[in-house]
Amino acid sequence: MRSPSPAAWIRRALPTRRRALAAAAAVVVVVLLAAGVAGTLRPAEPDLRTEAALITVRSGPTGDEPVELDTTLYLPPAAAADAPVPAVLLGHGFGGTKESVRADAEEFADRGYAVLTWTARGFGRSGGQIHLDHPDYEVRDAQRLLDWLAARPEVVTDATGDPRVGVVGGSYGGALALLLAAQDQRVDAIVPMITWNDLARSFLPEQSGEGPEQGVFKKGWAGLFFGSGGNPGPAPLGGSGPAGGLAPGGGSVPGGSLPENAATTAGAVDPSCGRFAPDVCAAYLRIATTGRADPDAVALLRRSSPAGKLDRVEAPTLLVQGAADTLFPLTEADANAREIAATGTPVQVAWFTGGHDGGDGPKTDRDRVRHLTARWLDHYVKGEGPAPADDFTFSRIAGFDALNRGLVASGFRATGYPGVGGTGRQPVSVSGPAQAIANPPAGNPAAISSVPFAGELSSLLDGVAGDIPGQHARFESAPLPAAVDVVGAPTVSIRAASPTGTAVLFVKLYDVAGDGAATLPNGLVAPIRLEGLPAAVEDAEPVTVTLPAIVRRIEAGHRLRVVVATSDQAYATPVEPAVYSVALASGAVTLPTVASEPIPTDAVVWRWVLAGLIATIVVGLVVVVAVLRRRHQRRESRVHPEYAGVPLAVRELRKEYADGFVAVSNVDFEVHPGQVVGLLGPNGAGKTTTLRVLMGLTQPTAGEVYVFGHRLVPGAPVLSRIGALVEGPGFLPHLSGQDNLTAYWRATGRPWADAHFDEALEIAGLGTSVHRKVRTYSHGMRQRLAIAQAMLGLPQLLVLDEPTDGLDPPQIAEMRRVLRRYATDGRAVLVSSHLLAEVEQTCTHAVVVTKGQIVASGPVEEIVGESPSVLLEVTDPVAAREVLDRLAGVSVLPDGDGQLVVDTNGTARSEVVAELVRAGIGVDRVVPRRRLEDAFLALVGENSRGSGDR
Amino acid sequence: MMAQTTVEPNAGDSGGTPSGAAAGYRPFATLPLRAEFRRQASRRRTQLALGFMVLLPLIILIAFQFGSGDDDNGRGEFGSLVEFATSGGLNFTLFTLFVSASFLLVVVVALFCGDTVASEASWGSLRYLLAVPVPRARLLAVKLLVALTYSALALLLLAGTALLLGTLRYGWEPLRSTVAAQLEPGEGLLRLLAVLGYLAVVLLVVAGLAVLLSVSTDAALGAVGGAVLLWILSSILDQITALGVLRAFLPTHYSTAWLGLLSTPIQTDDVVRGAISAISYATLFWGLAFWRFTRKDVVS
Repeated sequence: MRSPSPAAWIRRALPTRRRALAAAAAVVVVVLLAAGVAGTLRPAEPDLRTEAALITVRSGPTGDEPVELDTTLYLPPAAAADAPVPAVLLGHGFGGTKESVRADAEEFADRGYAVLTWTARGFGRSGGQIHLDHPDYEVRDAQRLLDWLAARPEVVTDATGDPRVGVVGGSYGGALALLLAAQDQRVDAIVPMITWNDLARSFLPEQSGEGPEQGVFKKGWAGLFFGSGGNPGPAPLGGSGPAGGLAPGGGSVPGGSLPENAATTAGAVDPSCGRFAPDVCAAYLRIATTGRADPDAVALLRRSSPAGKLDRVEAPTLLVQGAADTLFPLTEADANAREIAATGTPVQVAWFTGGHDGGDGPKTDRDRVRHLTARWLDHYVKGEGPAPADDFTFSRIAGFDALNRGLVASGFRATGYPGVGGTGRQPVSVSGPAQAIANPPAGNPAAISSVPFAGELSSLLDGVAGDIPGQHARFESAPLPAAVDVVGAPTVSIRAASPTGTAVLFVKLYDVAGDGAATLPNGLVAPIRLEGLPAAVEDAEPVTVTLPAIVRRIEAGHRLRVVVATSDQAYATPVEPAVYSVALASGAVTLPTVASEPIPTDAVVWRWVLAGLIATIVVGLVVVVAVLRRRHQRRESRVHPEYAGVPLAVRELRKEYADGFVAVSNVDFEVHPGQVVGLLGPNGAGKTTTLRVLMGLTQPTAGEVYVFGHRLVPGAPVLSRIGALVEGPGFLPHLSGQDNLTAYWRATGRPWADAHFDEALEIAGLGTSVHRKVRTYSHGMRQRLAIAQAMLGLPQLLVLDEPTDGLDPPQIAEMRRVLRRYATDGRAVLVSSHLLAEVEQTCTHAVVVTKGQIVASGPVEEIVGESPSVLLEVTDPVAAREVLDRLAGVSVLPDGDGQLVVDTNGTARSEVVAELVRAGIGVDRVVPRRRLEDAFLALVGENSRGSGDR
Repeated sequence: MMAQTTVEPNAGDSGGTPSGAAAGYRPFATLPLRAEFRRQASRRRTQLALGFMVLLPLIILIAFQFGSGDDDNGRGEFGSLVEFATSGGLNFTLFTLFVSASFLLVVVVALFCGDTVASEASWGSLRYLLAVPVPRARLLAVKLLVALTYSALALLLLAGTALLLGTLRYGWEPLRSTVAAQLEPGEGLLRLLAVLGYLAVVLLVVAGLAVLLSVSTDAALGAVGGAVLLWILSSILDQITALGVLRAFLPTHYSTAWLGLLSTPIQTDDVVRGAISAISYATLFWGLAFWRFTRKDVVS
C-alpha cells in the first residue's frame, strides 16, 4: 500500500478535499446565518397611508384672508374612524417644505400617530408670504390645521373640535410649536427643537446684559436666513434639526424637487424681498444696512418670538436644543424653559451635541433625542408609558468613533433643570496684562469663529479658528490641576476703554491643550457692545460677560484662554477704525458645573455580556474536560479477562469509509507473545486500514481491538505499548534523523532512560548520516529511521507496515533477524506485507487477507509446509496429462504453458515421476508446491497479481 | 540468530498501570508544551515570520528616512496616525501596528495556527504523534496554545521592535493624534498595551478559523490561505454599507475598534462589542475544530 493505485489515491483524497471544502462552506454559512437572523429582526417597511392635499385656511389679523397650504397627512395602518389615533402636527425648518420632514413623519406614524405635515406659508407650493411665525398668520394657519385635524374621523378628539395632538418642530417649526401652544389650548404637548425664545436677541445678541437695541448684528446667519426665504431655494435653513429620525428637520430638499414654487403661487415677486412680507423685509433691510436694530424692528422680531407669551402655555413641553448652534444657542431654550416652568407647566430640557452648526449630532445623540421625543408624546398625547423622569439631560462629545469615523457623545442626566448657570461654579484664575487691540476698518480682516450653516464641517474649524494678530487680547490660566466638566455658561469680568467711548468686542473662551492647540468650543462667541467707556482702561468699570453656554470637559493639564477680539466674520462691527484697551476686571473665569450621572447605555450591558461570555466559556471548558477525563479513566481501566495476556486480539473488525467503500469487512486474528505475525495480502486487501485502526488513527465501523485486554480506541493509553510504522515514515524534514527521534521521544513525555536510543540507532544503521537533515535521506534511510523510531522504548507490540520497503537485500536479511530477535521476552511483532517470500522468511505466523477478509491463518510452517501438489515441467504436456489421469488419486490442476500442477493426493512424487518416464515423457523439472503459495494464489486470485508485485 | 545484544528485556515495560499504559506514560504528560515549542521553533517559517516582525519596523524606519513625501491626508480622523508617525517612539509603534493590523498580522496568525496540524499531517508525523498516543484533544490544545503563543510573540516583537527603534530614532515623546489630547508617554504606553491586547483578541478569530481549516485539510497552505481568504471576504462584505446591521455580525466588523482606545476619553464600547464578537467566533471555530479533530479518521 505504499503507492496505491491512482484510483485508490483519488478515492482517499477526494473525501478529504470535499470535507475541507465543506468546512469552509460551513463557516460561511454560519456567518450568513447569524447575519440572516439579525436581518429578520429588522422592521418591515411601514404600511402607511398618505393623503396629500391643498387645504385652504382663513387667517390673518381678521381671520378671513384665505391661503392655500400644501399638506400631507400620514395615517398609520391601524387608524380608522372606529379606531381613531392621536395626532402630531409636524412643522419644518425655515426654507424647507413638508417634504423635509417626511422621514420623521413616517416614523411618528409608525409609532401610531396620525401626522399632519404642511408647508408653511411663503414656502414651496403653499401660498401667502413669510411673516416669521406671526401669531396672526403662521400660528393662525396652524390653528386652522388643528380644526381640520379635529374633523378627521381617524383622529381622537378630547372634545368637539379639539383634537388630541402634539406639536413638534425644529427651528422655524419649533417656534411655531411654542407660539401655537401659547395661543391655542387645544395643543396637548409640544416638542420644540433648536429654536428661539427671542428672535431679536438671537439676531442681535449682547452678552453684557443689554437688549437687542444694543445688540451686535449676527449678519452671517441673518443673511442666510433672509436669502433662503427671499429666493425659494434648495437649502432649508434650520433643516438640519436634531435626529434624522423623530426630530423634524430632515435633509435638504433638492431644488429640482420643487417644481412649482413661489414664482407661480405668489405672483410677481419683489426682487429685494422675495416672498417675505413687506414689513419683515423692510425691517431686515434696515437692520442689515446699519447693523443696529431700531425699536420698530425689535418689536417686529419680538412679535414673532415666544418670549413674553409663554405664560399661556399649558401643554407639557420638551425643549431640545443643540450645543453646536451659533444661531439659537442653549440660552434660548433656557429662556423658554424658565418662562414655561414659571406657570407650573411641566417642562424638560434636553441638550444634544448638534444644532444649526452641528447637524443631527452623533448617532447616540440622535437615538437619545428620538427616544425622549417618543416618550414625551407617548405619555402626554397618547397617554401611554410613565411620566418621563430626568428633567434635564445633556450630552458631551466623548471622542471619535473608530468604526463609523464619526463623533461619539455620552449622555448625562440630572433631576431638576439647573439652567445655564449650573448647579455648581468653579472659578479658574486667568491673568494677563492690559492690552491694546485694534478694530479693523469695515470689520476686515475679521477673526473666524464659526461659519454659519457649515453643519458638521464647523467642528473642523476648531483647528483653524483664528484670531487676527493685533486685534485680540489674551488672558490665560495656569494648567488645570484636574479636569472640569463645564455645563452651562461661564462668566468673566473685563474692563475696556475706548477713545470713542464705545466698543464692540467679542469675548471667547478657548480650551488650550498641553501642546498649545487651542479649541473654541463649537465656535461660540459672546458679542458685547459697550458704551460710555473711558479713554483709559484703569478708569473703566468692570463688565460681567456671560460667555456662551457649552458642554465640555476641560482636561487636566489644559489651560483656559479668554480672548477679547475686535472683529468676527459672523457679526457686523463698527466701520471706523479704533484702538481699544482691554483688561481683566476680576482675575477669574467662573465655570458652571452640573451634578449629573451618566445615562446608562447598552454599552454597560455589553460589558456584562462579555464577562458572562468569558465566564461561561471557562466553566464550560472545565466541565467538558472533567467529564471527558472521567469517562476515559473508566473506560481505560476495564480489562477483558480473556485477552489480558494477549498483545493483540482483533475481533470481527469492519471498516466502512464515508463514501461506502468497505476496506475491511471481517478481520479476526490474534498476536501472542513471542510471535512474529505476518499480515499478508495484496494491495487493497485491507491491511493498512487494519493497522490504522490498530494505531487509533481510524474508528472501526464494527468490531473491537484488544491490546493486553484493554479495548483499543483512538488515544487509548495502551497504545503506548505499541510501536508502529504505518504507511511509511513521517518525519520533520527540517530536522536531522537523530533530532527527529529525540523530538518524537520528547513528545511521548516518558523518561529518557526508557527510550533505548542506542539500540534504536544501531538498528537504523545510518552511521553519520543520522546527523543530516531527513530531507536529504533516501527512501531506504527514512524507512530504517522509521523502524528505529517504532522500536524506541522497546514496545511490547511492534507493528510494521511493509518494513522492507526500500531496503536493499543485505538490509532486508538483517531486518529479518532483528524482528525475530525482537519477539522475545513477551514481545510480539506484527508485520504487514504483500510479498509472500518476506512473510515466509520473517514470520512465525501468518494471516492472509484479501478483499477485507481473512482467508488463512496459522503458523507459517503449517501454511508453508509442503503441499500434496507438485509442479512438473515435461517435454510433452498432453501425453503427460493422459498418463497422470490414469494414476489413481492423482489429479491435474488447471494450469498452462507446458507446466502441470499435479495434486498427488498421497501418491509419492517419485512414483509419479517414474510413471511419466516409463511412458517415455521427459521430465525437466519437479518443483514441490507449498501450501501458502497455493492458498495465496487460489484465494487472492490472478487479478490482483499485477498490482501486488513490484 | 544474532546474540541478544541489541535487544534487551525490559522489565519496566510490562504494563502494570490500570490503563494498560507503558511505564512512565501519562496521557497528560505527552507532547509537553516545551516539546511543541521546540518543534515549531526549529522550523524555518517560524524563524522567518518572527524575523520579519523584527525587520519590518526597521524597513519602515529606513523608508521614513527617505525625506518628505506628498501629504495625502485622505484618511479621516485617524489619518493623524500617519501624519504623526515620526513624532515619537509611541507614534511610530502605532503607525507600524496601523499598517500591519489589517493584513500582515492576519497572515502571520493564520500561518502559525493554520499550519500547525496540517503540516504534521502532510509530513506524516501526525499519525505517529497520535500513536504515541498523544490524546487528540491534548494534541490540538497544545498545538493551539503554542501557535497562539507564537502569534502573541510575533505581535509583541513587532510592537517591541518598533517601540525600541522608534524611541531610539524619534525619542520618548508623548503620544500625539488629532483624535485625542496629547497623551503623556506613560499613559501612551498603557494605551499601546491596550491596543495590542485588543488586536490580539480580534486576531483570535483568524486563529480559530485557521485551526478549524488546519484540522480539516492536509494542505498547510490551504488552511493558511483559506483563513486569510475568508478574513478578506469578511472585510470586503464589511465595506458594503447596504448590508446594514448585518455587518455587525461579520467577524471583521470591529477589527478597527482599537483606534477608539486612542481617543480621549477612551472609547471602549466598540472594543467591548468587538471582544464579544471575536471571542464568540473563536470559541465557535475552536469548538468545531475540537469536535472534528477528535472524531475524524486520520488517513494522511
